[in-house]
Amino acid sequence: MIAIVDYKAGNLTSVKKAFDHIGAEAVVTSDPDVVVKADKIVLPGVGHFSATCVLSNAGLRDAIAESIQQKVPYLGICVGMQWMMESSKEAPSVKGLGVWAGACEHFPAEVKAPHVGWNQLEIRGESRLLKGIPSESFVYFTHSYRVPVIEDTVAATEYGGRFSAAVERDHLFGVQFHPEKSGAVGLRLLENFCSL
Amino acid sequence: MLTKRIIACLDVTAGRVVKGIQFLNLRDAGDPAELAAAHSAAGADEVVLLDISATHENRETLVDTVRRAARELFIPFTVGGGIRTLQNAGEIFDAGADKVSINSAAIADPTLITQIANRFGSQAAIVAVDAKRSNGSGKFEVFTHGGRKSSGLDAVEWAKEAEKRGAGEILLTSMDRDGTGIGFDCELTAAVGDAVRIPVIASGGAGGAQHFVEVFGDGHADAALAASIFHFGLSSFSDLKQQLQTAGFPVRFPC
Repeated sequence: MIAIVDYKAGNLTSVKKAFDHIGAEAVVTSDPDVVVKADKIVLPGVGHFSATCVLSNAGLRDAIAESIQQKVPYLGICVGMQWMMESSKEAPSVKGLGVWAGACEHFPAEVKAPHVGWNQLEIRGESRLLKGIPSESFVYFTHSYRVPVIEDTVAATEYGGRFSAAVERDHLFGVQFHPEKSGAVGLRLLENFCSL
Repeated sequence: MLTKRIIACLDVTAGRVVKGIQFLNLRDAGDPAELAAAHSAAGADEVVLLDISATHENRETLVDTVRRAARELFIPFTVGGGIRTLQNAGEIFDAGADKVSINSAAIADPTLITQIANRFGSQAAIVAVDAKRSNGSGKFEVFTHGGRKSSGLDAVEWAKEAEKRGAGEILLTSMDRDGTGIGFDCELTAAVGDAVRIPVIASGGAGGAQHFVEVFGDGHADAALAASIFHFGLSSFSDLKQQLQTAGFPVRFPC
């Protein structure tokens, strides 16, 4: 069973619907006990980085950290990916999960922000999450902050400079775009995650 | 590269698509869910569904229509029309929409924009601006209630205000061009687009591919929306995108 973690930041119907479509058993939950028992964890998220504070207060951060220790596959989407970093310049006092060192940053002033729409993946090296997805595939983004390109970046995207579209290390995955809104490419990615 | 978005719009009333499709071939039959799926499969980058009747009695029908249309739609899906409260918006999101578009209600109570942005994220809060040229002044005035009421607001100033209050995108319709097929109002689109940092979706007047080239070029639009030309089959998404690519605009393929 996949736990889609609900921390009251945005609407999770679309994520749930996408998992239903590919035949995966997924529940939307705010209950740390359900999260700890899940085979896989998905942390979606839109809006402000500070909304992730709710995760700590609700006991969800501990539940996620415990599961990650047990090698449970974890997929962060959008802010859910950004939260895997140490911090974000959007809310510098809020601590991320710290899977990766560094901070999320704003887009440079020369481009419009938020970055909204379909942009391309530049796939770099092996990825279990992106298996079968060709480089230059289009996916749907909507965000104002971004994860820089790091060692574990498996796909980068260009908009006011290159940034991480997807990161991956062992059983930990993060995508800045919305697979649930990225047509066939996004559904393939979710299938890959489900079949881990 | 970030592409220019082509958005298919479905105008619905009482659970049926109404605008410009009555005489379409039987395959569509005016069903919003079927048309949404067909447009997505054909290469639309997003789908917008606008409830043009937006009466109280139709709320349940609309929620049901949204749920049916959203079920098999895996591209961004916006719903507008008659959303007056945070609770109305919540029902639409629960039914499967990704963004809501608010118009008259945002002008009546601009805090509604912030309420929706705070709860569902700015990316989910679209403010629709219906604008008309004011005679001789070079300005554009905002109208509400389906274009029936003048608000006295200036379109550029109102768009800036909406952005400040948390809107994630502006859906900008030229009332002068709506339904004419003679092209988007590029002056209006550029005036608003240059004044805000959030994406502007141009609407009203699309009649052919050249109009999209103009609005992405001269109009500085980030996205463009049309209804009739797609329903009537006057323009296919792939032909349109080919022409945009030839004109130097990045678009999403395959479609």
